[in-house]
Amino acid sequence: MGMTYVQKLLAKACGRSQTAVGDVLEPPVSLAMSHENGALVINQFDEIFQGTGREAKIWDPERIALIFDHRVPAESAKTATNHKKIREFVAKQGIRKFHDIRGDVGGVCHQILPENGYVRPGYVVVGTDSHTTSHGALGAFSFGIGATEMASVWTLGRILNVEVPGTIKVVVDGKFPEGVYPKDLILHLIGQVTSEGANFKVFEFHGATIRAMSTSGRLVLCNMSVEAGATSGLVPPDEETRRYLQEEAGVREPLDCFGPDPDAVYEQTIAIDASRLEPQIACPHTVDNVKPISAVAGKMVQQIVIGSCTNGRLDDLEIAARILKGRRVADSTRLLIFPASWRIYREAMKRGALTDLAAAGAVICNPGCGPCLGIHQGALGDKEVALATTNRNFKGRMGNPNAEVYLCSPAVAAASAITGAITDPRSLTVPQGAR
Amino acid sequence: MAKEKVVLALGDDISTDIIYPGRFMATVLPKETPQFAFVDNAEFNRRLKAKEIPAGSMIAAGKNFGCGSSREQAVSCLKGYDLAVVAKGIARIFLQSAINLGLNIVICPEVEAAAGDELEIAEGQVRNLTSGKSFAITPLPKARQSIIDAGGLIPYTRALLLARR
Repeated sequence: MGMTYVQKLLAKACGRSQTAVGDVLEPPVSLAMSHENGALVINQFDEIFQGTGREAKIWDPERIALIFDHRVPAESAKTATNHKKIREFVAKQGIRKFHDIRGDVGGVCHQILPENGYVRPGYVVVGTDSHTTSHGALGAFSFGIGATEMASVWTLGRILNVEVPGTIKVVVDGKFPEGVYPKDLILHLIGQVTSEGANFKVFEFHGATIRAMSTSGRLVLCNMSVEAGATSGLVPPDEETRRYLQEEAGVREPLDCFGPDPDAVYEQTIAIDASRLEPQIACPHTVDNVKPISAVAGKMVQQIVIGSCTNGRLDDLEIAARILKGRRVADSTRLLIFPASWRIYREAMKRGALTDLAAAGAVICNPGCGPCLGIHQGALGDKEVALATTNRNFKGRMGNPNAEVYLCSPAVAAASAITGAITDPRSLTVPQGAR
Repeated sequence: MAKEKVVLALGDDISTDIIYPGRFMATVLPKETPQFAFVDNAEFNRRLKAKEIPAGSMIAAGKNFGCGSSREQAVSCLKGYDLAVVAKGIARIFLQSAINLGLNIVICPEVEAAAGDELEIAEGQVRNLTSGKSFAITPLPKARQSIIDAGGLIPYTRALLLARR
């Protein structure tokens, strides 16, 4: 029987000719990523070895990545102490895929992994972060796990008791209309599937729209697949995957690119015509509460965030800069920019996007997770409303349970910054240069 | 399992941001996380900290309980009080972490329970002794049974480690 992409990937990883949905496997892990919660993983890892008489050594230091992004630079003594604990562990274990708080190699984990070529097609990737689903954009089976699960991976080098998931095939055709982006597509899909509709399943993305989409856009789709409950989102690798990994991530080794079998069996197929989409907004307090922008346009917002592992890439910043250049952030709101990595930050600086955004009134923050989960910068005041290009709008998400978060694309965020209210970028009437 | 009282009844899509808000994520150790369990529900958090809620008490929830972040604090903070969760559905990462840490969880798609109700878990059913209704339990994933039997992922992994030459 034909296999879907994830079935085939897991069969290859486990050295089997076939896998069926529901098979229990223990695939070797190609890459294991943690961020600041590595401090908890270290604690659990040490506990596994306690009383065993064995030296607590990780299975393969080359397959572990540790990235500081959630609270950078440290906002408290507690965080700084966690950072210190992780640095000491990294030195002791000889981990080289370590990204400290630095303007050259630093950034958000879900951008650092792709841009450094740490993820390849066919890889099994686990991360102690739910948005580890992102890396399916490069053809990996990549999913979030808890810290204790990670400690087990660090010990054994494989992930225990994984059930081969069923696959939902998502076929996207048609050209995006002006002002509509991959973010709108994934919000629309989550709205359709609901927040738990893909629980324990994966999305496999196909269609002409996906083939024509940059890796940056595919990362948006896979990043947010978890918001429908999916274990992972996957884009079977193609020419764009090769181009990105070889040209942008500097990968020299041969790539194992394969696709699903033509007679693969899918649990469900969802067809979407991208040409019929309009900008989408996820309304409080669940990501599946998705409405077309026409239903919420005019809602006043006091904070706008552009950035994060979802939409903090160069194309996102340039879309925002093009809209805001020569215009002005409304006095009634504030605009925060969080590039996804320092490489992106420096490139956006060189190209002038950051200057244009700052000149319009945006505050350029350092790459990091920042306000997305309300743990560092950009907390909301009571009864404030935020509009963000991030991935979650749960109650309390941006640091305040008495506030609201709406989610959107960078274009909607930029247009709304000018008016101070949720605004369709296609309807902007304030001319550039008007201040 | 003995008869236990529902101490908190919740709706669908209770995220880890509600169970354990991100702003307390710098606190990671299982012995320190319980103080922030449901911290934005001030009264429930106070009752937990004042030890007014006995071990074994139940949280009843709707679909997709524990959705969102992979932060394990959301599991360890409940485990710290030995609470149990009966939910119509549980998000994948939370479910796996709950099994890994030995948090008592029951998936019961049709369950109806209000705060104050007394529940009994027996023979694949949740019996609501207050309303007199019974609801079928969905078994936990078979793939994880060996971890449950070992008492959690740490002892399970330790045994695998020791089994190596």
